[in-house]
Amino acid sequence: MTHSTAIATTGLSRSFGRLDALDDVTLAIEPGESVALVGPNGAGKSTLIKLCLGLMKPSAGTVAVLGVDPTSRQFAHAKRRIGFLPEQVQFHGALSGRQTLRFYAALKGVGGWGADKSSVDDLLVRVDLSEAGDRAVSTYSKGMRQRLGLAQALIGAPRLLLLDEPMSGLDPDARANFFRILDEEKARGAAIVLSSHILTELEARTDRVAILARGKLKAFGSVSKLRADLGLGSQIRVRAVPGQMQALSEYFAGKYSSDTFVNGVASLECSRGEKIDLLKQLVNGPVDLENIEIVEPSLENIFAAYTAKGGPA
Amino acid sequence: MRAIAIIAGKEFRDGVRNRWILIVTALMAGFAIVLALLGSAPTGTTRVSALMVTVVSLSSLSIFFVPLIALLMSYDSIVGERERGTLMLLLAHPLARWQVLAGKFLGQLLLLSIAIVIGYGLAGLAIALHDGGEFAEQAWLPFAGLLISSVLLGAVFLALGLAVSAGVGERGTAAGLAIGIWVLFVLVYDLGLLGLLTSKAAAFLDDGIVTVLLLANPTDVYRIINLAGSQEAQALSALSGLAGAVAVSPLPLAAILLAWVAIPFVLACLLFRRRQI
Repeated sequence: MTHSTAIATTGLSRSFGRLDALDDVTLAIEPGESVALVGPNGAGKSTLIKLCLGLMKPSAGTVAVLGVDPTSRQFAHAKRRIGFLPEQVQFHGALSGRQTLRFYAALKGVGGWGADKSSVDDLLVRVDLSEAGDRAVSTYSKGMRQRLGLAQALIGAPRLLLLDEPMSGLDPDARANFFRILDEEKARGAAIVLSSHILTELEARTDRVAILARGKLKAFGSVSKLRADLGLGSQIRVRAVPGQMQALSEYFAGKYSSDTFVNGVASLECSRGEKIDLLKQLVNGPVDLENIEIVEPSLENIFAAYTAKGGPA
Repeated sequence: MRAIAIIAGKEFRDGVRNRWILIVTALMAGFAIVLALLGSAPTGTTRVSALMVTVVSLSSLSIFFVPLIALLMSYDSIVGERERGTLMLLLAHPLARWQVLAGKFLGQLLLLSIAIVIGYGLAGLAIALHDGGEFAEQAWLPFAGLLISSVLLGAVFLALGLAVSAGVGERGTAAGLAIGIWVLFVLVYDLGLLGLLTSKAAAFLDDGIVTVLLLANPTDVYRIINLAGSQEAQALSALSGLAGAVAVSPLPLAAILLAWVAIPFVLACLLFRRRQI
């Protein structure tokens, strides 16, 4: 087994007429890492995925997936080791879930004509569809189709998983199961790229985040690195014990510009550098405190900062 | 080859599962048997074999029926998968686009062939039983020719339908184009040719040009194979005049039909390769 980079692009661009769907994107995604591809609609996420699958050719730049150019003939072989879940995945409604998986397994060359029975059964168990496996896909709910789509992507122990909006339609239980499967796949050494709009869940679940906006790669790194790069501060929320509210308000008066008092809770914005000092002051200060809460900028804040018009280049 | 076989197998099973094959076979058999039994009634006095009459009437039926069924099967192949959203996932698998087309074509051809062979075969069987075994043996060759050429005719229109399906962006457009192709080759072409022959322009047309024009239409090639193949059929189909002008033996005619399969298929591959997914 080779350990070539899962996805490597240099100056990758794709335009449709005058529109630059993807503009000069350079990134590398390694085996065993999970990357969230985030960006508003039309940011170029799907274009990037299609380029990685060889479904379209780049206008400029290069892309290598599992060490192979997706537009080359050799890529057909590499595709056996790529699992892909398209956005809003659809299947032939008359086939059962099990038949659907066997069809795609056969196409991937996993098992023979009937496809490896046990591996298909295992996949159905993993996505919690073993009981519905013999029902026609047309009777499936959206979430069930999505889970079948994930099972399909997992066929043949892929070295790269490309998942486009994999969490849409999943209930909280199914989401938890989805992330458990991702962890298992990562532990196996698979690289995972997933695009999503549900940013809050991605934050804790992926190693790195690639933020795309208007075809450009705005940022690529771990959430904590992006947070530091942006210099986004934290918010500290303080509640004083009953009777000390006035004292707290007076203590802070004039010290911080954006102080606000809502229902007896003081919210203070502070930069990363100020945070520790401020906490020390609060703990050792004259006011008796009931609670201190620290709120770090979320991926959503980071996303908003990078994708806002005129945001960081 | 493996990928083609998997796609063909799925196409075939889809056709069996949604009872397409059952319906079309029953339709073919129903028409064929009615034609066969009606057609075989006058055999006593005209001294032509019942099977020969059936070949002539069935081939006239096939000219309308087979292209229509073939186009209905294939026009949706690619554009339908695209609209249903299953094409992108399919193409993300280890197979080339031409293999998708080849698999679909072969699966559909198998379905159509089964419908034709069983449907028309039942008609042949009905005549054999009806005649009590006294059918002319020499008529079996034209009957076999009818089956083979009908499958070939089907293949031509399957390939044309695939080219339409790979070339357009919407199912509605594909359906319209498919109907257009059917109307052109089955209805309008011969009328146009007839109009040309009866117009003043006919004076400038020699037999060679007429032959080329006739051979340029796959349904006419099919007609010539089946109706001009024997003296008996010529007499029955009143095609003897034209057949004299088109003195071509069945094998080159079959080759023309094969070219009519190959060219649209290659066109379908080229169109599909260029198509944005």
